[in-house]
Amino acid sequence: MLAALRRSQLAQRTALLAPSLAIIGGFMVLPLILMAYVSILEKGTHGGVEWGTYSAEAYIKFLFERDLMGSLSVNADYLQIFLRSFVLSGVTVLLALAIGFPTALYIALQDDRWYRNLLVFMVTIPFWTNLLVRNYAWIILLRNNGLIDNAAAWLGLTQEPIDVLYTPFAIGVGLTYSFLPFMVLPIYASLEKLDLRLVEAAFDLGADRRRALARIVVPLALPGIIAGCILVFVPCLGAYVTPELLGGSKSLMIGNLIQNQFGAARNWPFGAALGFALLAIVLLAMMAYALRFRRAPGGGT
Amino acid sequence: MRFKGGVLAALAATAMTFGTSAVQAKELFLYNWANYFPPDLIEKFESETGIDVTLDVYDSNETMLAKLQAGAAGYDIVFPSGYMVDVMREEDLAMKIDTAELPNFKNVQSPHDSPSYDPSREYSAPYMWGTTGLAYDTAKAPELDETWEEYFKPRDELKGKIAALNDQVEMYNAAARYLGIDVCTEDPAQAQKILDLLMAQKPHLALYSSTGTIDRMVAGEVVMHHMWNGAAHRAKEQRESITYIYPKEGLAFWSDNMVVPKDAPNPENAKTFINWMMDPQNAAVATNYTGYMNAIAGSGEYLDESLKSDPAVNMPKEYADRLRPSKECSTAARELRDKVWTTLKK
Amino acid sequence: MSGRGGNPLWRFAGVRPAAALFFAYLYLPIVILIVLSFNANRTVTIWTGLTTDWYVEVLSNGDILRAARNSLIVAFSATFIATVAGTLAALGMARGRFRGEAAVNGVMGLPLVVPEIVTAVATLLFFILVGIKLGLLTVIIGHTVFCTPFAYLPIRARLEGMDPSLREAASDLYADAWRAFRRVTLPLLWPGILSGALLAFIISLDDFVITYFVAGAGATTLPVYIFGMIRIGVTPEVNALSSLMLLVSILFVSLSFLVQRQR
Repeated sequence: MLAALRRSQLAQRTALLAPSLAIIGGFMVLPLILMAYVSILEKGTHGGVEWGTYSAEAYIKFLFERDLMGSLSVNADYLQIFLRSFVLSGVTVLLALAIGFPTALYIALQDDRWYRNLLVFMVTIPFWTNLLVRNYAWIILLRNNGLIDNAAAWLGLTQEPIDVLYTPFAIGVGLTYSFLPFMVLPIYASLEKLDLRLVEAAFDLGADRRRALARIVVPLALPGIIAGCILVFVPCLGAYVTPELLGGSKSLMIGNLIQNQFGAARNWPFGAALGFALLAIVLLAMMAYALRFRRAPGGGT
Repeated sequence: MRFKGGVLAALAATAMTFGTSAVQAKELFLYNWANYFPPDLIEKFESETGIDVTLDVYDSNETMLAKLQAGAAGYDIVFPSGYMVDVMREEDLAMKIDTAELPNFKNVQSPHDSPSYDPSREYSAPYMWGTTGLAYDTAKAPELDETWEEYFKPRDELKGKIAALNDQVEMYNAAARYLGIDVCTEDPAQAQKILDLLMAQKPHLALYSSTGTIDRMVAGEVVMHHMWNGAAHRAKEQRESITYIYPKEGLAFWSDNMVVPKDAPNPENAKTFINWMMDPQNAAVATNYTGYMNAIAGSGEYLDESLKSDPAVNMPKEYADRLRPSKECSTAARELRDKVWTTLKK
Repeated sequence: MSGRGGNPLWRFAGVRPAAALFFAYLYLPIVILIVLSFNANRTVTIWTGLTTDWYVEVLSNGDILRAARNSLIVAFSATFIATVAGTLAALGMARGRFRGEAAVNGVMGLPLVVPEIVTAVATLLFFILVGIKLGLLTVIIGHTVFCTPFAYLPIRARLEGMDPSLREAASDLYADAWRAFRRVTLPLLWPGILSGALLAFIISLDDFVITYFVAGAGATTLPVYIFGMIRIGVTPEVNALSSLMLLVSILFVSLSFLVQRQR
């Protein structure tokens, strides 16, 4: 009886998970296996690969450098680029969370369901335009003699040009902008079920705003916050258009580095190896996180 | 009238040459940069030949190559730069079309009739050509000498107001030329010199970017830009004081070509198109649209005045010996180049 | 809406101005962009005068219109498939813990983690290896893959911590399951589904790298077209085009609201 129930549950779960797993398994995992194979091949003379000729060079290159004599020494250049991208993504996540959380709360607290849905749409409407175009708009805003600079000067706030375009600050503004919906909407989705009577009761019982937030709102929003952080952090690692246009591209990001290997450097195996290195790092981080989260009381169902 | 007759003759010749081949659909798939082919010229071709044209676009020679190398098919004509024609031939990605046998090939000017990457024009036909030099705003800077030194070791008043191309090939090659080093050097010591020069230049640059170059100059965001000549011309149209210099140490001379990929679905239509594009009047329409020069004799009389009068596009003869055709380097040289670029930006 | 009385919005005094600031930040560049689409100057970022020429040019440029149409077809198809698959997966994952859960989570997150260019080349090689002809369909497949986690995660977050008996009953696949699903589960999940679908949609609409590689002849989309202008310079046509896309989005939103109100 119990076994039968369990079997039918398993069948149901399998049926529910099947479409997604089929999509990602068939058109992502299989191609990646192919790519893993590419990463251990010899690179072709003009790009591409020599099918059937194996080489571990791509992985060695990630950490070591070959000098003229062919001996290896440790090379931290690529790790440094990885580290920079991780820091930039981390900052973007924090900024997006700081701006996105109050907004998600505001939307979730609206009484009218139509108005709530309207606001949700409004969060995504700007992104019907193109990435390049949005970045150009930011250039116009941020550059010296641009709108913000002129406005600040006119108001007498500044005497000198503001000099923010082509700085890390501009990258932060641009990247945060690009990823805001990915933070706001998941948080909103989990906050929307917020039972307001609960919040009201907390206030009635004398809780202050900070405690009401910490005890009721944030725990409820937590799954959304986690989802939002993942949706911002990971895609942000690969961003390269905004760092170039707003940051001036003086330093490489992981995205540029890997792109180069399939472009001008024409080293497919190395590009693939870099991709897998990134995958490994992120998966390890997520696994470590999942382990902690599982042990924490109240985590999961 | 002369023109119409020419086209008909060309079509007749094409029909005779290839008349025996299997019947093809009346369609043609072009693969090019965006905004690099005038839409009205496509319409004209369609109405004159009855062949339906579809245009797809790419953003760099390298991504186009990567896609073909992975086996993507379906395009009839791609528009690779010279060095990429070389690569496509060696990788067996290009179809032998014997361009030199086409009726309108007689219009092709020297040296474009026999480029190093395809000396007897068996695989490719010329489309546009240009140079990569320096543009600067004469209103905001003193008159500069025609040398890369102004770019790599800028005067004090230009420091921080210079934009570089975010392109490892262009940057590396410009630095190599300034230093008198072969752009395809395989000597790490020479690559180190190039790196040192680029490193020393980096603090004086406002940014590296290959997009929005025209805007940046016209808006006065920077005073000097490493730039393609056609872009410099467009910038000059907006701001009179912008001028283009041909550095005396030599500058990149590139040419974009029409090549039929090996597995093209409609090669005969592709040949019809290529022949049609070597007609002076059609080539001129393309030049007027792109702002880059074509290689077709007789197209000059159909060009816009602004193009003819701008030395950035219509190059004065005395600069001819400063042009350095782009070339494909060895794997070892490319690896050095990539290493320099990565170290520069690590 | 009843049952939401005693709204404590006023308790979180800072939230309203924060949201106002947020929307200002979000729409500032958009306003600029719309204004510039009427700019007479051929250079995108410099204002000289008023014109509607760029709209005329966009609407008469067959290549751009085709690219816009392709983009919309791909985005709607991929969003639809990804959202359905994502919703089902979230329901499946919500039915208690099980062995292999971590592995499933890992697979669901994979498209987020692998750098786009690696996915792009891998997918292209794969399509060619198994002999799938490149076209618009391959673009839709490629997009569906990376849209799935974007649709899935908000729905999953929505389900987290919900009353399990309710959703067990609702997601039951037995006899009356469909009605139970429509009456109970769907309204419950709606904010998550809407969020997930919208995120999937905008990520699809902006994708360049994967689209570029897996597109066959004739399947150019808007981002690919716009990136292809790099050599020549981006023209105000693109601003006009973007404004038109905004208009389409507003029409689409209004339409969906009208439909909802009718019900």
